[in-house]
This record gives sequence, C-alpha cells and structure tokens, in this order.
Amino acid sequence: MTLLAADFEFIAKLIHQKNGLMLTPEKEYLLETRLSPIARKWNLSDLPALVRKLRVFAEPALLEEISDAMTTNETLFFRDLKPFEALKAEILPKLCAARKGTKRVRIWCAAASSGQEPYSIAITLLEEKHKYPDIQFEIIGTDINKDILKRAEEGIYTQFEVQRGLPIQLLVKYFKQDGDRWQIKDELRRMVQYKVFNLLQDPAQFGQFDIIFCRNVLIYFDIATKQKIVERLHSRLAHDGYVVLGGSEAMLGISEKFTVPAGLRSIYTPLSK
Amino acid sequence: MPSCLLVDDSRVVRIVARKIFEDLHFSCDEAENGQEALDKIAVESPDVVFLDWNMPVMSGIECVVRIRSMTLFKQPKVIFCTTENDFGKITEALTKGADEYIMKPFDGDAVKSKLAILGLL
Ligand SMILES: C[S@@+](CC[C@H](N)C(=O)[O-])C[C@H]1O[C@@H](n2cnc3c(N)ncnc32)[C@H](O)[C@@H]1O
Repeated sequence: MTLLAADFEFIAKLIHQKNGLMLTPEKEYLLETRLSPIARKWNLSDLPALVRKLRVFAEPALLEEISDAMTTNETLFFRDLKPFEALKAEILPKLCAARKGTKRVRIWCAAASSGQEPYSIAITLLEEKHKYPDIQFEIIGTDINKDILKRAEEGIYTQFEVQRGLPIQLLVKYFKQDGDRWQIKDELRRMVQYKVFNLLQDPAQFGQFDIIFCRNVLIYFDIATKQKIVERLHSRLAHDGYVVLGGSEAMLGISEKFTVPAGLRSIYTPLSK
Repeated sequence: MPSCLLVDDSRVVRIVARKIFEDLHFSCDEAENGQEALDKIAVESPDVVFLDWNMPVMSGIECVVRIRSMTLFKQPKVIFCTTENDFGKITEALTKGADEYIMKPFDGDAVKSKLAILGLL
C-alpha cells in the first residue's frame, strides 16, 4: 500500500519534529516496513489508515511507538576500536591529570542504544582504573528509545552480539553466561546510569561533561538539526573536554567551535571559548 | 598476503571459512584434524590458525597446546571456532594458548571482528 504524497509529507514531518530524522521520499519503504506492524497493532488496516488517525489526533502513546520504530539501533561493542584506544592512551591520561582537584570525570554517551557503547567505555575505564585510583568516573547513557534503553539496563546479549567487537578475554572477564545469552556483570552495570533523552531537547539538566560520545546518530539528521545539537553538546562540554563522533561523521560544515587534536580521528576538543 | 590454516573436520565449514578469509585477502590452506594441522604449521608457518575443537585423530585443544610448544620463527594467532560454547571451555582454550574464540554458528562479521581485534586486518 503506497502513501499519497501529501500523506508521506505529513508523517515525515511528524517524525522529523519528534526524532529529528530526515526522511526523503525514496525512504518510503522504511515507513512501510517499520510502521505497518504498529498499524496492525492499533487495529488500523494499513499505513494510510494510520496517517488518517494521526491527522485527527496524534495520541502520545502512538507517537512514541512510531518514534521508537523509526530509530535504527544498530550498534556493537568497541565500534571502530580506535576511539576506545584513544580514550585509553590519550584522553584519560590528559583529563585525569587535569582533574586532580575535582577527582571526577563525567562521561555522556548520547546515543546509547542497547548499551554496547556505554559498556565498552565502562570496560575501558575498569581496565585503566588502577592508573587513576583517586578519580571517580560517572557514565550517563541516554537514548530517545526507552525500550532499547531497557535492554541496555539489563545488559543481556546474544551470542551473536558478543561476537561483534568484544575481545574474548573481556567477554569472560566481564560477563556471566546464561545458556546462549551473556549478561554484563553487576560491577559494570552499576557504572552506567540510563535516562531517556531526546537529543532535540536541551541537555542542561545533565550538567557538565568531560567526554561526550555522540556516535552514529547525527547522520540521521538534517544540517540545521545537527548544528543545533552540536551547539548544545558544546555548551555541556568542559573547556578541555572531548566529543567523540562516529567513524563517518565530522564537524566540518556543522560547527567551527571544535578542533581535532593531533593524531586523532573523529575526536574533537573545543577551541577556547 | 597474510596466510591462514583452516582446521575443521567438516568440509562444509572449511568451504565457508575459506570464502570468508579469501574475501579478506588471506591465502588459505586446510587441514582435517589437529595432527594434519601440526604437520602443515611446521612447514607453512601461517599467520592465523582457525581451529575447530572436536575432530578425529587430534582435537583442537590438544593441537593448540602442541602449537605453543613448537619452535617456530613466528607463533601463529590461534582462533578457535567451535560449537563448544561453554564458559569453562572458553577459559580452558584461553589458558592453553588460544588468542580468540568464536562460538558456532559463525559468520563473516564475527571472523572479521576477531581478526581486527588481533590486529590482522
Ligand atoms: C545507530 S545507533 C548508534 C549507537 C551507538 N552510539 C553506536 O555508535 O554504535 C543510533 C541510536 O540513536 C538513537 N536516536 C535516534 N534519534 C535520536 C534522538 N533524537 N535523540 C536521542 N537518541 C536518538 C536511536 O534510538 C539509536 O539507538
């Protein structure tokens, strides 16, 4: 069942307002595959019927299901490896030295998905902790999708998921096996605090951060949205803090307030404010 | 070109694994059990040994112990790939000298991920 152009425009705009996600007409199949199950669940015959309902009244519960269904939660442990090596070899030594006074390093993982990224950060911290005995680390993981955050909180992964990115030594060290599932140990789970948060909103409530991971999420937004989000990340970041983007993302054309430290890729520090 | 020795008594597994490794630009040779693997390793000294656990003649776990006691110009990286998916088996393999471990069923992404972790990609 294909959508009329006006219907497509209506729902694309709705999703853009809620999630920031840019949907171009050639992505109509995405609406079809992801929203048809929701239409059925709400006893609506098809996608056009769903749009008709939304036009009358966009019920918050329905809107939230649509919003969640439109997110792409693809992630893996130690994605791209390099950022986590940089965290260990460059970022932590510098930041921890600079935080001798406050003894606190705060990390925000702004698109946490099912938890692989915040736990990769937590594992890196645990492996390095002996070098910084006085520093207290805090990790906050946020995502717009509350169901995926529930998975993150549980920290239970399939055999398939733990074989993507995670070195075997770290699997046996930090996970408990339960049949063909693997659960992250409590010691790690307790290191990450999860909160539902939409990047289109103001993150002032979270305070200031020393490191912000915002990886593989800006790619879904249009340039104006990216600019607004990055501006807010900048406002939440310590003057000597770091922003870590995804492997295919860059600040070029989005913000001129950052620079890449020598030898690093996809990692940014603010130019002096 | 890096080299890999695929050790599995299942011809099907060897074919699948060969395709994955060749796509990643590895040159491949095959062995059907641990003993045949040892003979080939002594001559070919591969960069990676992709090793099943349960095989006739000599098992993977005995094979890795023997590999680690061989005098080679360069010790290979050993990646287990087996249906033995139990925590205890994994730790046993690691203490006996395995570098990485893949639980079957496996796919190209798992192999690629492990090779990247070992710095071979
Ligand atoms: C592809 S995943 C990336 C996960 C992880 N950062 C990584 O790099 O592997 C993108 C995540 O961004 C979340 N997301 C999408 N739009 C969002 C928004 N407006 N606010 C917060 N999170 C959002 C999705 O729910 C999804 O979990």
